[in-house]
Amino acid sequence: MSYSLPSFLIVSSLLFCLGMFTVLTRRNAIGVLMGIELILNGAGLNFVAFSRFLEPTQTANLLSGQVFTLFIIAIAAAEVAVALAIVLVLYSQMKTIDVEDFKDLRG
Amino acid sequence: MKEIILNLFILLTVVPCLWVALSSNIVHAAFSLLVTLFGVAGLYVLLGADFIGVVQVIVYIGGILVLIIFGVMMTQRGKLLPLSVQLPGRFFGGLLSSIILVALILAARRSKWPAAASLGEPEPTSAAIGDLLLGKYLVAFEVASVLLLVALVGAVLIVRRSVRGE
Repeated sequence: MSYSLPSFLIVSSLLFCLGMFTVLTRRNAIGVLMGIELILNGAGLNFVAFSRFLEPTQTANLLSGQVFTLFIIAIAAAEVAVALAIVLVLYSQMKTIDVEDFKDLRG
Repeated sequence: MKEIILNLFILLTVVPCLWVALSSNIVHAAFSLLVTLFGVAGLYVLLGADFIGVVQVIVYIGGILVLIIFGVMMTQRGKLLPLSVQLPGRFFGGLLSSIILVALILAARRSKWPAAASLGEPEPTSAAIGDLLLGKYLVAFEVASVLLLVALVGAVLIVRRSVRGE
């Protein structure tokens, strides 16, 4: 693939869709977390690619996409910490991390 | 030369990513995720985002992935879990993902993107990003730091209560 915007968009689409497939089909709760990481990476790659290839009017605008990606990474770190804490608690209480066994809140 | 390196990093990103989605072994999936995240860091650097690339390696590979592997080790005692759902769920998940993938790729290829007049050489970005974080995006920066603190305390609280409650 050539060094152009569509190449990067296609790579990030692949990351997003494989992440979504992982989230939809994994039964292991940690596998679902991995899928979420893939999705967030796809989004971050899109931001950086757009900030590189679309017409930058000034340096501040050029870098805004990168700052967004920085925030995505920070929020992913917070998310994975809380999610793993929840998974560990579920494991200690139910002795499994199979998401199909977590039905206690079903109405 | 640039294209060869680009394609190398794209392969390094996409192939392990397939493995993450399809592998039946959660440990293999975790280590494939490591390679994928490294490939994305390489793509960031190729896009001229040196600072983001380094942050990606430090935070994702050094932090998040270690946490995930730690979680795998903590929860895989005894029997190995059957990893993915049965065939119908896999089929519909794959169908939905493929439809969205085709739509996204068509959108990326068909759209007329307003191209930059000339693609300048990438410059070091750390100083400018620091200026933006402590200037234009100061509020968001502070909110993110509070969010990280709250998430940290929350994670500790969640686990601690369950240990005490038993």
